[in-house]
Amino acid sequence: MAELTATVRRVERARSSSEGRAVGLFRQHLQAWFRVRRPHLALLGYGLALGAWYLAVEVWQLPRFREMPGPTVVIKEWLSPDPTYGLSIHTAEYYQHIVVSIWRVTQAFFFATVLGVPLGLLMGWSETFRQYAFPLFEVLRPIPILAWVPLAIVMFVSGESSVIFLIFLASFFATALNTMLGVESIDESFVRAARCLGASKWQVFRHVIVPGAMPFIFTGLQISVGVAWFSLVAAEMVSGQFGLGYVINTSYTMVRYPTIVIGMITLGAVGYATSALVRVAGSWLMRWRERTLNIGGPS
Amino acid sequence: MSAVLPAVVKRGAIRIDDVVKVYGSGETAVPAVDHCSLSIEAGEICMIVGPSGCGKTTLLNAIAGFHSISSGRIALDGETLCDAARPLAEPGSDRIVVFQNGALFPWKTNLENVAFGPIVQGKLARAEALERARELLAGAGLSGVEDSYPGELSSGMRRRVEIVRALMNEPKVLLLDEPFRALDALTKSVMHQALLEIYYRNKVTIVFITHDLDEAVLLGDKVVVMTSRPAQVKRVIPIDIPHPRNVSLVTTKRFRELLEEARLAVHEEARKSFASGEKEG
Repeated sequence: MAELTATVRRVERARSSSEGRAVGLFRQHLQAWFRVRRPHLALLGYGLALGAWYLAVEVWQLPRFREMPGPTVVIKEWLSPDPTYGLSIHTAEYYQHIVVSIWRVTQAFFFATVLGVPLGLLMGWSETFRQYAFPLFEVLRPIPILAWVPLAIVMFVSGESSVIFLIFLASFFATALNTMLGVESIDESFVRAARCLGASKWQVFRHVIVPGAMPFIFTGLQISVGVAWFSLVAAEMVSGQFGLGYVINTSYTMVRYPTIVIGMITLGAVGYATSALVRVAGSWLMRWRERTLNIGGPS
Repeated sequence: MSAVLPAVVKRGAIRIDDVVKVYGSGETAVPAVDHCSLSIEAGEICMIVGPSGCGKTTLLNAIAGFHSISSGRIALDGETLCDAARPLAEPGSDRIVVFQNGALFPWKTNLENVAFGPIVQGKLARAEALERARELLAGAGLSGVEDSYPGELSSGMRRRVEIVRALMNEPKVLLLDEPFRALDALTKSVMHQALLEIYYRNKVTIVFITHDLDEAVLLGDKVVVMTSRPAQVKRVIPIDIPHPRNVSLVTTKRFRELLEEARLAVHEEARKSFASGEKEG
């Protein structure tokens, strides 16, 4: 770190001393070097967080931290072939919890996308429809998942449906809202150009509105998959014997603190992986954008 | 320059008769165009200049079918586009606009952009349209850009692709709304030459809005000077410099004289507009 700062300082000094071209080149290389991904920095970040946790709980035993499970306990439990509280990477249930949660989130995300994107497109595209739907949408959007729990139980016969419904809600709102904003972000000139070139209203929708809103839609989907995992713990309060949210809820009532932390970290890691997948899908679908942003001619 | 003068063009004559455009109504009504009449011959390059925000674009948008008019009539080759009874013209591929900031679809390749018109209109099958688009791009010296996206090109190249996209539809009229405003002086001069060459190859009427008087005198068959808002035609200056032209004529005496004439007319309006605190558009 210190070495890096020193380098930057050297570069700055060299710049002011009119060495001009060579320094400019070096700076470019430096910037390029900064731009490439470096996983060891991510590891360093994890390491620092883990270290802080370890010091606070196990070494310094700060007040209020003392009662928390420390990383040693958690990691031991997590890796143990014979875990004290019954859950580790050697137990089949661990994977069952993960698979059940992924499947629920996948279904909820699917419905949120299939319903949210068209709703957002419609609200952005049709002024009349927006005036009907948007006020209602905005009233429902801030209601937290927890408030929906009792109604979800009443509404759905099967516990599984109500869990999926609860996960679906926040995702759906995020997707629809971003899609609508995406439609609004489209420059009027594109619509006019398409009309000039003889596109019908439907063709404008297909060739201008949908691809034009795509960057916002994918931002929405990334938020959406994130909030789906976010809602999981509340949703899995409703029912079942499986799921990472269920693990966290029951471990709380049964005072299995290390298992709570295992559930939390697993949920975070799986959530990270799924949003990465959405990101990859998005950049594949919007290759034009990648290429434009990376190479971008002078304008 | 291997320019051939365009044969006599029989299509693309625009008549603007006593057009009025008022935004809003009642006390808040803002007149934008005030009893404006203008006749643009088929195959002519008509440059429209005037103070910022004077209503030039409003007029162009009325021809294109983006804005309605309040009264009067606009006709293309004798057929009414819009009048008091039908205030909003139907946009169509006989009048294609090239926008100030460019409106190539960034999510389509340049080739798909150029082929877009005939495909959505069902005039050509997709493969045919792409083939034709390839030919046109090559003809305009733009081979090699087909499979890249507009965002990967320089702004000058993008404008040329956009003009080719318009020409792909064999329009009667090209409506250019300050298309070169954002370009640097060097690119601009290259674009002027390119536009002239395109014009000599294609028989098309061009209505061109600009702030740049050099551009207006260099390209135009006539320069229409508009008054400050609400817009009226203040003067029509015929530019009697013969075609084919090229950018080197800016050094000639006749060019200087015409430029001076235009400058005087515009300056007077610009001062009025400045005094009334008109917002720049």
